[in-house]
Amino acid sequence: MHDVAKHDDSKAQYFWVWAALLILTAIEVVLGYKQVFSPVRMLEVLLLLSVIKSALIIGYFMHLKFETALMRWLLVLSVVTCFVIMYFFFFPDADRIRTLGVQ
Amino acid sequence: MAEATIEHAAVQHGAPGEYEAPLFGAYSKKVGMWLFLASDSLTFGALLFAFSYNRIYTNPWPTPFHAESIANATIMTACLLSSSLTMVLAVFAAQRGDRPWIRNWLLATMAFGTAFIVLHGMEWSKLISEGLVLPGFTTILGVSKTASSGEMAEIANNVPQFPQAFFGLTAMHMLHVTIGVIYLGVVAFRKWFLPALGVFWIAGALLIPSGNVFHYPVHVLGLGLLTAAVILFLKPKDYDVNDVEVCGLYWHFVDLVWMFIFPLVYLMSTKVS
Repeated sequence: MHDVAKHDDSKAQYFWVWAALLILTAIEVVLGYKQVFSPVRMLEVLLLLSVIKSALIIGYFMHLKFETALMRWLLVLSVVTCFVIMYFFFFPDADRIRTLGVQ
Repeated sequence: MAEATIEHAAVQHGAPGEYEAPLFGAYSKKVGMWLFLASDSLTFGALLFAFSYNRIYTNPWPTPFHAESIANATIMTACLLSSSLTMVLAVFAAQRGDRPWIRNWLLATMAFGTAFIVLHGMEWSKLISEGLVLPGFTTILGVSKTASSGEMAEIANNVPQFPQAFFGLTAMHMLHVTIGVIYLGVVAFRKWFLPALGVFWIAGALLIPSGNVFHYPVHVLGLGLLTAAVILFLKPKDYDVNDVEVCGLYWHFVDLVWMFIFPLVYLMSTKVS
């Protein structure tokens, strides 16, 4: 049947995760309303909160935390590597256009 | 016959070469879905990077989302997060073999997903009526009744990168949510879901006026109906716990992507006065 059912799969932890996700969303909205940070710092903070939220969703709701180590590492590392490559393609150019203008 | 007996014996005794242990200790459908989600995350990753690219080099970036839009997007976020919880409860019900509650929780998940789509559709219609349009909206989709002046119209004229990035990213996500709702409906109700989907499709096609941006895209439901009918015809099976878990993976992924769209697209373009 469910091949990840070996771990302690209590329902309560999913309600806690759901509550944590809602609270993190509320924090994001308050930060958006108050605009306490500069845009760049705001982007960093919001992205950090989003990464925490996505880790909770992937780890608990999608059960990756309870899969084999090989599956966890292979999936996470391959996707993150692709994102890092995209980062080096996109952002230096965007910054170049911003600082130099389109030539 | 003799060959079949030998094969059967080989499988029974775990003879090398007949069946290998799964690579990730998971059944193949789940591994397949994870691989699909990994590739799909790159699609959304590219779109989010493109959005950020536009955001960085466009100075000043428009901030058209007032308190009303942010409140609407926050409710949409809460809908998706709650749908993930009901999806988890559906998987629990599937592990217990509790069929009525599998359907109930999947139905609740579909209801949250549908609420998300409706809220998003209303927001799109409002933005478009205020003038935030792309050229394709009027020529291809036949959208009418858009304002030619005002804040949104100015943004569309002066910073076309904004509507391009906004509509491109959110349309892709909305399409994924729609496919997810159909997927859940097929797993929950199998062939009995098809007439309901047909009713939604026809009702949408008749009720959405011709000047609305969703007048033609509503036929995605018709494509979904056709695809679901073909799948159910080819494999009219009774979906089991693994199928519920695999469709749950897809649904959580849709939720996951929104966790990046919401702050990047909405909260970073907020104007609260």
